[in-house]
Amino acid sequence: MFYREAGQFKTSYNKDQAVFPIIQDRWFIAAVIIGAYAVVPFAADEYWLQAVIIPFLILALAAIGLNLLTGYAGQVSLGTGAFMAVGAYACYKMTTNIPDLNVVVAFLISGVMAAAVGIVFGLPSLRIKGFYLAVATLAAQFFILWLFNKVGWFYNDNPSGTITAPPRELFGITITGPQATAEARYFVSLTFLVVGAIVAKNLVRGRIGRSWMAIRDMDIAAEIIGIRPLQTKLMAFAISSFYCGVAGALYIFVWLGSAETEAFDLLQVSFPILFMIIIGGLGSIMGSIMGAAFITLMPIFLTNFPPMIGIHLATDLQKHLEEIIFGGMIVAFLIVEPHGLARLWQIAKEKLRLWPFPY
Amino acid sequence: MEFLNAVFVAPFLDIADSPVFFAEVVIGGLMSGVMYSLVALGFVLIFKASGVFNYAQGAMVLFAALTLVGAMEKGAPLWLALLIALGVMVALAFAVERFMLRKLINQEGIILFMATIGLNFVLEGAGQIAFGSDVKRLDVGLPDNSFEVGGILFNTFDLSAAFIGAAMVTTLALFFQFTPMGRALRAVADDHQAALSVGIPLKTIWVVVWSVAGAVALVAGIMWGAKAGVQFSLVLIALKALPVLILGGFTSVPGAIVGGLIIGVGEKVAEVYWGPTFGGAIEGWFAYMLALAFLLFRPQGLFGEKIIERV
Amino acid sequence: MKFRTLFLGLLGAVVAVTGVMSMKAAYAAEQFIPMLVYRTGPYAPSGIPVANGFRDYYTLVNKRDGGINGVKITFEECETKYNTKQGVECYEKLKNKGPTGASLVNPYSTGITYQLIPKSEVDGVPILSMGYGRTSAADGRVFKWVFNFPATYWSQASAFVKYVSRQEGGWDKLKGKKILHLYHNSAYGKEANATLTALAKRYGIKLTLLAVDHPGQEQKAQWLQIRRKKPDWIFMSGWGVMNSVAIKEAASINFPMDHFVGNWWSGSDADVIPAGAGAKGYKSATFHGAGTGWGVHNDIVQNVYGGDKAKAMENKMGEVLYNRGMVNAMFGVEAIRTAMGKYGNKPMTGAQVRWGLENLNVTKAHLKALGMEGFTQPVKVSCADHETGGSVMFQQWDGSKWSFSSKWLPPLRDIVRPMIESDAAMYAKENKITPRKC
Repeated sequence: MFYREAGQFKTSYNKDQAVFPIIQDRWFIAAVIIGAYAVVPFAADEYWLQAVIIPFLILALAAIGLNLLTGYAGQVSLGTGAFMAVGAYACYKMTTNIPDLNVVVAFLISGVMAAAVGIVFGLPSLRIKGFYLAVATLAAQFFILWLFNKVGWFYNDNPSGTITAPPRELFGITITGPQATAEARYFVSLTFLVVGAIVAKNLVRGRIGRSWMAIRDMDIAAEIIGIRPLQTKLMAFAISSFYCGVAGALYIFVWLGSAETEAFDLLQVSFPILFMIIIGGLGSIMGSIMGAAFITLMPIFLTNFPPMIGIHLATDLQKHLEEIIFGGMIVAFLIVEPHGLARLWQIAKEKLRLWPFPY
Repeated sequence: MEFLNAVFVAPFLDIADSPVFFAEVVIGGLMSGVMYSLVALGFVLIFKASGVFNYAQGAMVLFAALTLVGAMEKGAPLWLALLIALGVMVALAFAVERFMLRKLINQEGIILFMATIGLNFVLEGAGQIAFGSDVKRLDVGLPDNSFEVGGILFNTFDLSAAFIGAAMVTTLALFFQFTPMGRALRAVADDHQAALSVGIPLKTIWVVVWSVAGAVALVAGIMWGAKAGVQFSLVLIALKALPVLILGGFTSVPGAIVGGLIIGVGEKVAEVYWGPTFGGAIEGWFAYMLALAFLLFRPQGLFGEKIIERV
Repeated sequence: MKFRTLFLGLLGAVVAVTGVMSMKAAYAAEQFIPMLVYRTGPYAPSGIPVANGFRDYYTLVNKRDGGINGVKITFEECETKYNTKQGVECYEKLKNKGPTGASLVNPYSTGITYQLIPKSEVDGVPILSMGYGRTSAADGRVFKWVFNFPATYWSQASAFVKYVSRQEGGWDKLKGKKILHLYHNSAYGKEANATLTALAKRYGIKLTLLAVDHPGQEQKAQWLQIRRKKPDWIFMSGWGVMNSVAIKEAASINFPMDHFVGNWWSGSDADVIPAGAGAKGYKSATFHGAGTGWGVHNDIVQNVYGGDKAKAMENKMGEVLYNRGMVNAMFGVEAIRTAMGKYGNKPMTGAQVRWGLENLNVTKAHLKALGMEGFTQPVKVSCADHETGGSVMFQQWDGSKWSFSSKWLPPLRDIVRPMIESDAAMYAKENKITPRKC
């Protein structure tokens, strides 16, 4: 009864093709965004913002990027960490060498740099498919991180081999560097995620997105109906890497503040982002965000929950139990709903349509 | 100019200059290659039989090695410890089939992959709860001496590892090629439902193949564990096996060994002769680049089954 | 049905977490020290003894002395798995606990240290990265909140060269000697390169730098190169599994083990034990003793373990990294005590502890009173110098235990300090920091 679409008539094509054709969806999304801007920064303390919400927002942006490539265009990639690193290092080089450059512009240019690198490492996708491609993208992962670690130019030859985000302002408010408040960082990352999600949602509804899906479902058939695999696949790599590059720049500049290549490690970044989109739902923008929430929030929840209800275990035992529970949850989840949280969300909406009077 | 010289001329002059050392590098590469193959083999077995890219293979190696060392620390002799570890791996195979695979029949590859990631977390946690996170010394009594033949240094441990690896691959390759069980395994890999409908007992096959993969993981765990102690890092050797896998093909047992040897020799030669020019530690990505180069010519890996696509 | 249970479960979890997270506990007058530990994951063999050393020393201070000048220490462990991301979460969680917040933080990971350096001033939590982290933090004029005494990687590398010169019979004997630096290919591993290169130039050493890729389980290529180059000495900056593999490989090419020297993160019990008998003779740098032969160990057995020495040994007492955790905890405690000398005997804030760290003066007499005479060297920190240029000792593994094999060697400050200052100046310029006057 809360989710009835009866009575909502579409009288024009424009209305029929709206992003959210159903009024409840529009209200819901609007409420979430307003809540995120107006309520969350005042309700959450610094721990929540800095340790939980900001990384979640940034990783969600990267997950959207990967979902465009893997979920929509069907090209499995494990090079996410490397593309993020390209963005971060490009941004570091730009901000330190051109101090007057607006930092948001720097973020966007970093995305473009990552897109260029993504295109290069996307070339093998024309020939290699499936898990073979996934493992081949590891070449990008290892090579790029090795390069950033090896060549001093990328980190301005400083002996420590790390990059540190210099303080930069936007509209007179410091948004990077140690002096930036958690709220300022939060607004920046939230804005990037909201804009990124809206653009991505529109992208996948249009010609580009449909050609990606055609390639994903069967590339030979897509080729026959006139979709050029070269352009389409490389476009997917470019746009996906753009998202990852921007997320990578945010990761260092807005969140960590300082890091070395290890921060973009395969097991710490590339794999978890892939988990996010699988758990969230392949081929769903909303799913990417929900998956990011699950993968970042669940371990933190599992760590903090037992002490809160008075169970104090040894640190290591608790961590191991956490891993077992987390792993078990992933398996259980996939058994219940292999298509991820996004599908679950859809089912929930269908139930809500009839609730509380199902047939 | 100097750079071009260092890339295209100097290494070859160097090789021609001291062929004995080159031979040593190649032999060293072959030895490492066998060690990679041992890990890659576990992946191949499971992929071949259930179409699952088993992310948890590294964790299985750790788990098997931990069980073995754990049993030995409790005072069990080696043969008993081996039996116990093997038993635990078989039990694990049953559990995986019962609680995971059976419920995910006919799902897409990437979903099954994700499920093995869940399994990976469980194994890592359970292994460390049961046996602790400390480094443990593993001594299975393989001789570890070095001797020189014609200026080339050999190590008895490496030689035994190579021998064990070769024996295992031969057995498994024969098993897959010539037994009814092997044929059934291959049928399952192609299509779960089709295999079921022609009367192949899916569940049995899966238990068997995960048990065999567990045994392979145990051997890999012993070999790598004897080198560096049994500790959590064993999980990471899975990364060393991935280029081997794509080079040899996900579905080929001989591919795993040939791929291992090519990667082993390729990365050692590259690191020793070209590494210094590029600043060293290039073998990590070089193995992947090498595999990638092979893939451009054979997208299914050297020995993989040819991918035929129809509209 | 399935769906409904799942949905309700998730909803319940969300409600529970939000409700529970907002609870705040009340605190007594206690000094809170956060502990970032890694008792699990690939580096657990190093993390466990360090964490135990910290825990036991704090417990000892509470039980033996009734706290620091009567103020009890409370501490809370948070597991980082040596992962920067989880380290951030732990730090944020713990930094405001206790009546005065975190008094100081020992990050025990390169990545987490780098991540915390810019934050330390803003949050008012001083960092004590004892012998790791950012070397140029030794310049207290730029890095007001970061301390890395008693010695840095660069000082250590210079002490190593000094050690070699002593072994070879004088500085002039270094000319033409082949030294090889085997390093973990990361920011940490590369630290010693610049110092070694500068020293090689000064003394005419033939230096080779050889990188090992993370994690370092496979080092055949490196050891083939070593076999061919036949270096006179090998210096290793390794971490985790890389160390034990390197020691094993060195033994298998019959490299003379007493010419193979690790840095202080490459010389723990966990590094040599897997290599078995082959590790005998291996050396490593250190800045404190190994084993249980000091008064403080006796105190720990009596006060923390109730006289049960076997149990203490089970908890790694006497291992190199256990002792390091203990020394580190001692320095933290003494810094708090120093701060109390100025601000009175009550829980100290981060800023007060920072003052204590900067004015820390642990003398020989102090060490004797603490039962650590000869265990580690006296330390006197100053405003400009957060490293103190402490001496380095070289220890040797005899197959069952570590023992000192050299005198305390002071580093070559004349070459290290200018490098530190120039790097710090560059950091200050990039991040718009005005160095303070000292």
